[in-house]
Amino acid sequence: MLRYVLKRLVSLVISLAVASLVIFLAIEVVPGDPAAYMLGMNAQPDTLAALREQLGLNGTIPERYLSWVAGMLQGDFGTSYTYRTPVAEMIGERLWISLPLALYALTLSTLIAFPAGVWAASRRGSAVDMGVMGVTQLGVAIPNFWFAMLMVLVFAINLRWFSAGGFAGWEQGFFAGMKSLTLPAIALALPQASILTRVMRSSLLDTLSEDFIRTARAKGLTRRQVLWRHALRNAMIPVLTIIGMQFSFLMAGAIIIENVFFLPGLGRLVFQSISARDLIVVESVVMLLVFAVIVVNFAVDVAYAAVDPRLRGRR
Amino acid sequence: MIRAALTNRSLVIGLALSLIFVGAALVSFVWVPQDVATLDIANKMKTPSAAHPLGTDHFGRDILSMIMVGARTSIAVAVVAVVIGMGLGVPLGLAAAARRGSLLDEVIMRGNDLVFAFPSLLIAIMITAVFGPSALNAIIAIGIFNIPVFARLTRGAALSLWTRDYVLAARVAGKGAVRISAEHILPNVTNLLIVQGTIQFSLGILAEAALSYVGLGAQPPVPSWGRMLADSQTMISLAPHMAIFPGMAILLTVLGLNLMGDGLRDLFDPRIRRDRR
Repeated sequence: MLRYVLKRLVSLVISLAVASLVIFLAIEVVPGDPAAYMLGMNAQPDTLAALREQLGLNGTIPERYLSWVAGMLQGDFGTSYTYRTPVAEMIGERLWISLPLALYALTLSTLIAFPAGVWAASRRGSAVDMGVMGVTQLGVAIPNFWFAMLMVLVFAINLRWFSAGGFAGWEQGFFAGMKSLTLPAIALALPQASILTRVMRSSLLDTLSEDFIRTARAKGLTRRQVLWRHALRNAMIPVLTIIGMQFSFLMAGAIIIENVFFLPGLGRLVFQSISARDLIVVESVVMLLVFAVIVVNFAVDVAYAAVDPRLRGRR
Repeated sequence: MIRAALTNRSLVIGLALSLIFVGAALVSFVWVPQDVATLDIANKMKTPSAAHPLGTDHFGRDILSMIMVGARTSIAVAVVAVVIGMGLGVPLGLAAAARRGSLLDEVIMRGNDLVFAFPSLLIAIMITAVFGPSALNAIIAIGIFNIPVFARLTRGAALSLWTRDYVLAARVAGKGAVRISAEHILPNVTNLLIVQGTIQFSLGILAEAALSYVGLGAQPPVPSWGRMLADSQTMISLAPHMAIFPGMAILLTVLGLNLMGDGLRDLFDPRIRRDRR
């Protein structure tokens, strides 16, 4: 097990290094001179020189890459050109919205998918099963930002149960904050819940058709006992992978949904930075999200190997 | 096969829905109810009527016409992105399978993992930050994301084909890996690729809409479904129809393609169908 974890750890570090190099090259090297790009065509030579100095653009490309990585390892993401504040601080503030939003959506998605998937699988071929499958078919086809807009129309504008956008702020209390995140989280969770329900159902059906289930039934357990005691536990492995993968999709999806609800999270930050040509902020946010994806996938892989020793030898 | 296709409900409904939107896009090249470039402010935000079956937008443009022209953007972006994904992903997958366990295989698979860590939204954000927004950037971003999808699928399927007797026979006959991949492996993974292509096509339409919605995709005046939704957002309480119809267009197209993908899978592999039910 230790050997497996070490092996995965090495590949984790390599992935992070390569990903950071790709991001660095795409954002700082491809545009030529980032300072000139950020300031636009009418930049004064002395402002340009000052910005180049501030961004540390006077070094060679490998030097700049290494100092960027070294900075990040110490929690220093540089200084935003437009806001003149440390990028780490700005991201830290926004994370308090984007991260709870993604986790909220992940929780909703799991809470919906788990019972729905089990229900559909245990009544395979029935009207319930067909109904669940039909709804999930719609759930994966619906653009979540459009669904979000429709929810605003119904629940915020017509029924006035929620505000149409904006964030109450955690200082107003946990429930006020969660209330502002409820419609966005539902919108984010819907497609993921649909995918997860389908995975849950098919994984459970696969498990239910295995020999050990027949043996368990033959020794006198009821259908329900077999389902809860034997089938569910074995059906969880593919479900866990998908939950792990969904976290990264939810972080990225949050960027879009925040736009619908005018939530001041990472998404708003990145779009404001794109229009202000603040490359440093864009670079840092992209790096952070990619980091999250790679680390979560690593965690899922290790969790698996802990649960199922057969997986350690693979790959 | 044709009779099986006609009795497959998913396939028939999915194909019909998809053809409606592809047809609308094609028809829009020669005819639209009203030119989408002319503004008619006097008739802005009109609800559906005989003259404008789906109403008009905030510039008085006919929404039906906008959806028809917007279908071109969505379909073009998604199709080209699938072509990029298949064009690069399939050869990579075939090569990785042909040289299983080699350094080449390892490099290709790790490269895939790396690209998988960049959702198409993040690729689009990086490209747009540097080059500015355009439909081309959306194509590139979605296309890059499609590459590992096809590479993995192709490799997985090809690996099991390489163990078959007919491939062994071809090897004994002195055929090289490239010829075997082209003549024996590729034709046998085509069905899988078609099914996955349909699914990536529908995901591409969703991704294009999301990118255009946040301003990273097609730019005005090119009509696109995502932009129509972005424009409608501030007016949603005054003119909900502006938001409802473009969204329905996306939903129905994606639903149609997904159903078609399911139907094709059942058609190509009836065994799965029996197992699933």
